[in-house]
Amino acid sequence: MAFEIREPGLSTTVQDQGRIGYYRYGIPQGGAMDQYSASLGNRLVGNTPAEAVLECTYIGPRVVTTTDAIVAVTGAPVDVFINGMPAPQYARLALAAGDELRFGVIQGGTKYFIAVHGGIDVPSVLGSRSTYPIGAIGGFEGRALAANDVLPVGAPIDNGLPVLATIAEEDRPVFSRDVSVRVMLGLYDHHLSQEGIDNLLNAEWTLTPVADRMGLRYSGPGVQWREREQPFGAGQDPSNIVDAGYAVGSIQIPGGTQPIILHRDAVSGGGYAMVATVISTDMDLVARCAPGTKTRFVAVTMDQALEARHEHAAQVAKIWS
Amino acid sequence: MSENIISPLPGIFYRKPGPGKDPYVNEGDTVEAGQTIGLIEIMKQFSEVRAETAGVLTRFEIEDFGMVNPGDVIAVTN
Repeated sequence: MAFEIREPGLSTTVQDQGRIGYYRYGIPQGGAMDQYSASLGNRLVGNTPAEAVLECTYIGPRVVTTTDAIVAVTGAPVDVFINGMPAPQYARLALAAGDELRFGVIQGGTKYFIAVHGGIDVPSVLGSRSTYPIGAIGGFEGRALAANDVLPVGAPIDNGLPVLATIAEEDRPVFSRDVSVRVMLGLYDHHLSQEGIDNLLNAEWTLTPVADRMGLRYSGPGVQWREREQPFGAGQDPSNIVDAGYAVGSIQIPGGTQPIILHRDAVSGGGYAMVATVISTDMDLVARCAPGTKTRFVAVTMDQALEARHEHAAQVAKIWS
Repeated sequence: MSENIISPLPGIFYRKPGPGKDPYVNEGDTVEAGQTIGLIEIMKQFSEVRAETAGVLTRFEIEDFGMVNPGDVIAVTN
């Protein structure tokens, strides 16, 4: 079984739940940027949550299947076409050998996902099939798809298909252009002045087009720093620190101007002060934001972050029950 | 019949292939189906915007260096 890639789309990559356990060597966790959407696709097609899917960015691929296949398209809203005929999103779809899957113009968000029964069957590298293009590992030959690639699809999984054939409206992710992203302050928020913290947490920030799997840059009023003598090993700018590890989801503000949220393909450390960290539950939400999205950063406590994680885990468990 | 040339992407629209170069096409020019009329920059990639049908490009709706969103009309052909 295989998918023939007739047109690759803007940046289509194989992604799964990520490459956990190598961050300390500088290998980021990677994986589908919107894990919940990818998980919904895997559920619909009868996979486990761990199968690899295709992550499509703005412009999706044009794909022809060599054999019958069961697929689902989840994530950002987009028109889906099978042999030119409209087909629904968030629904299990049957493709016959030779059928062509293609997409219209994306109507919100940034990424949609194609799940296929059996999963995308590229070799696992360091425990994951996720593509890490900067490191040229994982996925299909360590890169985004190109025209004429033939992408292997895994053998059918012998557990039958779930009863669930569509995802109910209330269980689908929301793609808004006005979001509140929950963060925990730290580790270096003490480098901000009170005015700087107020700006970070009370101002409206706008997502710029400078946003990808590594990081997302926001424009807004900027922030101010406390005066301090920069220690040996830190740069001269007050946004610099002596190099330290970057938590996944951490927010740095080089020069104090434009906050950058580090996402799943970001580097594991460097010399910018991390003033806050997006809570794990809201990393999917950040991934769903299109350029121009109005964003507020809302400070929460560890207890609130853990409560959000429990609620989200319960939602995922409901889908998989 | 006027046809809209729609942006499939968010990003920054450029009418020229590079700084100091001539625009791909000017208002009033005839374009072929598939002809490039500009570029959109997103995620450090430049994607060509093409006319789907042949005709006269009557006007641009987005200026050079303008921001676009998916579905926005970039130009109109007749």
